[in-house]
Amino acid sequence: MTPVEVRVPTILRPHVGGVASLTAEGATIGELFDGLVARYPNLRGQLITEEGELHRFVNVYRNDDDIRYLGRLETPVSESDVVSIIPAVAGG
Amino acid sequence: MGDDGFVEPALRLRQQDYLAIVGHCYDGLPDEACGMLAGRLQAGTLLPDGRVEAVYTCRNADASAKTYTVDSRDLIRALRDADSKGLELIGVFHSHTHTDAWPSPTDVRQAAEPNWLYVIVSLKDGDPVLRSFRITDGNIGEVPIVLES
Repeated sequence: MTPVEVRVPTILRPHVGGVASLTAEGATIGELFDGLVARYPNLRGQLITEEGELHRFVNVYRNDDDIRYLGRLETPVSESDVVSIIPAVAGG
Repeated sequence: MGDDGFVEPALRLRQQDYLAIVGHCYDGLPDEACGMLAGRLQAGTLLPDGRVEAVYTCRNADASAKTYTVDSRDLIRALRDADSKGLELIGVFHSHTHTDAWPSPTDVRQAAEPNWLYVIVSLKDGDPVLRSFRITDGNIGEVPIVLES
């Protein structure tokens, strides 16, 4: 499997050693995230709910596309892709 | 870092960016308007240095006068552009059409990034009122604003 770049928002950086960007391996977004949670256990619950769904407080993109409009966690990724995580930005 | 564990440098905003923010808020009426702020982090920290280097006007996906959600396509557009300039997303602005420039309970509940600056523009009176906050674990801390030319 080939490594994929994952961009990490400031709020999650303390959980991944402080870096803004890292690489993970997997054929889908879900596999990337599983790998990241295995490496960085504090990420558990930050990206994926206990039910195994993408957390609604986080936006995840494959390049410029929101994975909610692709295949959600099943969205395939390849080496040239960049996956970006951004907290959902909302209020009242 | 102060005794309370916070670093709160003033939000420094160029006049042109102030006008872009306030103009976008008026353009959004009667709905709330929103957008993203980019800048740099203080060396070795996750906290912004306070200077706004870029403003991205975004669509309010809620199309509501009471709530906002930054459109997800506009959000990635802002991140990509900030990245290309070596900047970080450091905050968000949004308007309050009929209430004060102070975080609403919804704003506090949904504030996901304790490192970010939350700028609120109130349009409830004749002149716009722009204030800035950090929201950390449900606590609101006001951040002073310095307008620069």
